[in-house]
Amino acid sequence: MESLVFYAASGLALLGAVSVISASKPTRALLSLIASMFGLSTLYLILGADFVAMANLIVYAGAVLVLFLFVIMLQGTGAREVPFLKRFSVFYLAAALLLSAGFLILILKPVLSLSLSGAAAGSGGSTKAVGHALFTDYLLPFELTSLLLLLGILAGVALAKREESR
Amino acid sequence: MIPVTHYLIVAGILFATGLTGILIRRNILLILLSIELMLNAANLSFVAGSALHGNINGQVSAFFVMVIAAAEVTVGLAVAVLLFRSQASVDTNTIKNLKG
Repeated sequence: MESLVFYAASGLALLGAVSVISASKPTRALLSLIASMFGLSTLYLILGADFVAMANLIVYAGAVLVLFLFVIMLQGTGAREVPFLKRFSVFYLAAALLLSAGFLILILKPVLSLSLSGAAAGSGGSTKAVGHALFTDYLLPFELTSLLLLLGILAGVALAKREESR
Repeated sequence: MIPVTHYLIVAGILFATGLTGILIRRNILLILLSIELMLNAANLSFVAGSALHGNINGQVSAFFVMVIAAAEVTVGLAVAVLLFRSQASVDTNTIKNLKG
C-alpha cells in the first residue's frame, strides 16, 4: 500500500515536472508545477514530515505559485499557445539535453552505489518538534530569515515604485 | 518500507528536469519556474535524509530553503515584470541589451 502511494506520488511529481518544461502554454506549465507540488507533499507525508508537507502546500502552491499566476496573467500571454520554435532554444536543445543527462548520471552514480540499508521511516517530524528546533537550536537563522523576507518586500516595492515614478 | 535511495533518485531526476528547463526554455518566467523545481528537488533530498537519520535537522533546512525561495521569487518576479514593461517581451532571445 505504501509503495503504491509512493510510486503514484513520485509519478505525479515527475510527470508534472516534465510538463513544466515542455508545456506549450505558460499557464499550463504553472498548473503542472502545482500538481507536481501535490505529489511532493505526498512524498513528505510518507516520510513523516507533516510540517514540511503542509508548508509546501500553503507557501508554494498557495502563495508563490499564485503570485506567478498573477504575473503571467498580467503579462497577457499566459493562455496563448507558444509554437515549438519560440518555446525552446532550438540550437541548444540537443546540447542541453545531453548536459542534463550527464549531470543526472553524475548525481545518480554515488546514490546507487550507496548501500543505505535504512528504510526511510518517519522521523516523528511533527509540527511541535520542528517548532521546538526552530526556536531553540536555529533561533538566530530563523530571525535572520525574517530580515531576509523584509528585504525581499522592500526590494519588490522599490522596483515597482521606480517604474511608476518614471 | 521504501528505501531512502528511491527518494534520492526521484530528487535527482527532478533536479535534472529543472536544469533542462533552465537551459532550453526561452520564457523568463518559465526559467524561474524551473529554478523552483530544482529547489524542491533539494528539499526532497533534505527531508529524505532527515527521515533516514531520524532527526529533525533536515526538515528545518527544508523550511529555510522554502523561505529563501519565497524571497527569491519576490525579487525575481519584480525584475521580470520590469523587463516585460521596458522590453515588451519575456523572451530571452529578444532581450539582448547586455550583448557586447
